[in-house]
Amino acid sequence: MIFGLEFPPISHVVEWPTLFGSGAFAVNKVIILMWVSAALSFSVFFLGSRKQALVPTGLQNVAESAVDFVENGIVMETIGPDGLKYTPFLLTMFTFILSCNIWGLMPGIQMPVNARIALPAFLAVLVWAVYHVTGIMSQGPIKYFKSATIPPGVPKAILPLVFFIELMGILITRPLSLAVRLFANMIAGHLLLVTFAVLCQALWEATKLGAALPFALLVFLSAFEILVAFLQAYIFTILAAVYIGGAMHPEH
Amino acid sequence: MLQLLAQQAPGELEAGLTAIGRGIVYGGAAIGPGIGIGIVVGNAITAMARQPEAAGMVRTTMFLGIAFTEALALFGFVLAFIIAG
Repeated sequence: MIFGLEFPPISHVVEWPTLFGSGAFAVNKVIILMWVSAALSFSVFFLGSRKQALVPTGLQNVAESAVDFVENGIVMETIGPDGLKYTPFLLTMFTFILSCNIWGLMPGIQMPVNARIALPAFLAVLVWAVYHVTGIMSQGPIKYFKSATIPPGVPKAILPLVFFIELMGILITRPLSLAVRLFANMIAGHLLLVTFAVLCQALWEATKLGAALPFALLVFLSAFEILVAFLQAYIFTILAAVYIGGAMHPEH
Repeated sequence: MLQLLAQQAPGELEAGLTAIGRGIVYGGAAIGPGIGIGIVVGNAITAMARQPEAAGMVRTTMFLGIAFTEALALFGFVLAFIIAG
């Protein structure tokens, strides 16, 4: 009870009843949305690249601008030309996260898939595995371990401390902060929208006119959440690219 | 005081203290990143105003800086939920 309003507890906002299956394989609304997102991000590029016209129209336009954005905006700026082989991976990750996030703004659906920790955690573990494998493949295991944990130009006296911090960084902190950043941003936006929607409804029932201000804020926050959904997909992808780039070029 | 506390329904004091703890955890975690993001964005704007042709590169780096700084506040946000009621 806040201001005499009954706000729903968090478990009512992000937990959905099981539709079919049980245990670890239970399927609910969030899982179905995740499948739809995966199919969507696959089919945009599959259908968009089937008839490759010189002057792109429709879906090909969308696919090409997405590829251009990830290639020039993310890969070239963080890894460089030899990172172009990671473009498909980062492009898929970007479109998948973006379409998962944008469900939170769809009228009638309104559930960002990344507001449950499972998907961000899995994606973070995937990125973790990819950048370690990249580092080991391009530098060899011992050289990679050395360059990742011992930064150049550190005085001998504080080297053990720096070594320990860097080790924790590449093993735990990086994937944890990747997962938590995406998850917390999405759930915070979701809760914000729920709070204003509840406030709006209560004021509409009580006074009609009083609902105008929270409704205006709700519209504004929805627009802001579109920005956040895009920005978090961008930040997740660019951090993945930075970690891969760091594993490939130790001197940077 | 103790008399008054003894009159509470069982679990009421714990729930209230948990709510206060959650507020303190998130409020405390938001102080540093708030200042930090202000510094990051402020300096990025200064850089863009001085050298508009470098705005694209500055913007990318600014978002990276924001992401790293913001992570601490988000840890606090998640921790506030994790604190058992």
